[in-house]
Amino acid sequence: MSSDLVDRAIKSKDISRNKRKLSGSGQFWLAFRYSALTILFIIAALPIYIMVVNSVKGITGVTQSAAFLPPTHLNFDAWGPTWKVLREPMQRTLFFVVQSSIISAIVGSINGFVFAKWRFKGSTFIFTLFLFGMFIPYQAIMIPLTQFNHWAGIGGTIYVLVVAHVIYGIPICTLIFRNYYAAIPNELIEAARVDGAGMVRIFRTIILPLSIPGFVVVLIWQFTSAWNDFLFAIFLTGGSPKLAVATTALNFITGSGNQVYYGNNMTASLIVSIPTLLVYMFLGRYFLRGLLSGSLKG
Amino acid sequence: MALTLSRKKRITNPWGGFFFVLPSIVAVLVFVYGMIGWTIKFSLSNRTNAWSKDNSFAGLKNYTGLLEDPEFTHAFGNLMKFTVVFMIGTLISGLIMSLLLEKGIRGEGFFRSIYLYPMAISFIAMGTSWRWLMDSARDDKGTGLNHLFHMAKLNILQNDWYSSENASMYAMALPAIWQMSGYVMALFLAGFRGIPDDLREAARVDGATEFKIYRHILFPQLKPTFLTVLIILGHISMKVFDLIYGISTKSYVTKVLAIYMWQVIFDFQNYAKGSAIAVVILVIIAIVVIPYLIYVNKTEEMK
Repeated sequence: MSSDLVDRAIKSKDISRNKRKLSGSGQFWLAFRYSALTILFIIAALPIYIMVVNSVKGITGVTQSAAFLPPTHLNFDAWGPTWKVLREPMQRTLFFVVQSSIISAIVGSINGFVFAKWRFKGSTFIFTLFLFGMFIPYQAIMIPLTQFNHWAGIGGTIYVLVVAHVIYGIPICTLIFRNYYAAIPNELIEAARVDGAGMVRIFRTIILPLSIPGFVVVLIWQFTSAWNDFLFAIFLTGGSPKLAVATTALNFITGSGNQVYYGNNMTASLIVSIPTLLVYMFLGRYFLRGLLSGSLKG
Repeated sequence: MALTLSRKKRITNPWGGFFFVLPSIVAVLVFVYGMIGWTIKFSLSNRTNAWSKDNSFAGLKNYTGLLEDPEFTHAFGNLMKFTVVFMIGTLISGLIMSLLLEKGIRGEGFFRSIYLYPMAISFIAMGTSWRWLMDSARDDKGTGLNHLFHMAKLNILQNDWYSSENASMYAMALPAIWQMSGYVMALFLAGFRGIPDDLREAARVDGATEFKIYRHILFPQLKPTFLTVLIILGHISMKVFDLIYGISTKSYVTKVLAIYMWQVIFDFQNYAKGSAIAVVILVIIAIVVIPYLIYVNKTEEMK
């Protein structure tokens, strides 16, 4: 989706014009809309609500009859032991996610610039070839990828995940940056060309300084998807505890056999979700931007 | 003059851009297309257990074997059930959310961000909540939704959710709908906001009812959005893995192709068969996505 459309879409609609007094049926519809929105709000919020209230009732303090109710008193007993188990995997996740996101953003920005402003013969075709990579089921590359990792000597290290997220992130990062750069007027580049600047210099001195929002979008996108990824993590690390990341460690805690420790499980799930939730809370606008500009049409 | 000409020639070198994306082109060719080819080769080989390194050509044996494998047809049927409910459910609920918000309402930003947050959380984490909400215990023993229904004296609504024998996939579609509705809402909101307000105003002046405006003016404009939404939901559905793994792991009643593939690879070490399942998923997606990409490519070139 093009950048100006995204801009329009992520802004709340200006309703200051609608100040005139509502008619009877108008008031009814407004009340109806708010009721429907509130019901949807409750449904949307329920799973995270469950997680939060039951994480502060202690390890086994979650009783059936009161499970939906807020705790009578705060009990953080489940937090200490859970954090102890999750700390190392979460640090490991942070370690690889930061690397893969930064590399992805740099690669995406270069590719996006070329596909938007420095096209070559066949570039549209190649871009389409890239895009198909966004849709493939990763199961269809997982076995060869595992073999490649062994061949390349990174099997059994966390770098398997850096490589996977950078490479399979190329399509989406390129697409987001391409849509972002497409909104920059060609005249700007033409003017610089007339002044004798080469494309590399134009990229460095004109485009990059304009790219900060694009970088934020891609960094957040890659951060969130790599942090939440389970498929690559479980396939490429083979469930090895030495390479446990946030999602695989969490799955180990909450997986079958441990399902009775609700307090424990809810706490662990919440802890693992906190980084991406924080990013969403503070930079949600950019997250939405990534979602929209990473979709093709609309 | 000659100098500016040659400089201009250097600047507009049409292949300059190519060299900057070359590393990515190579990466995509090797890691996407090459590895797909490699997987296809595996799927046509005899490497059907951990101890054999037998890579000899097996023809389509692994594929025909899938058709006779009741586990595979079961997983395939499950996936189809899931896909239908998930796609229709998400489309409708996302559309409703966008219809409620598209005219603008006080608190739009708040509602929007609440509807969208499920996209920011891993399904391994959210699975904990959903597993608990959809617990099959009933009445006094019930937790989660069954407990809520019991308290509200709506006992008839209590059910086995994802552990039910026949309806498991429909229950499994609920968390998926819950997660993706906000995304669909955002896409539709973007679609609505892309339609100039004058169009609506003009129709209103002509005396069209609100319903007619949506039916005859707004929805036809949203056709590309509908298409995008269907493609996005469809390919996500075909690949669904962590959502199900996070809730019921390898349980038989909720098995889909991606879960079965994982089991075949890791539990049975049958690389050939696992690859064949992966290729099946890929082919289903490709049949839909490739024409779509060609269409996008064409409309893109017309611009």
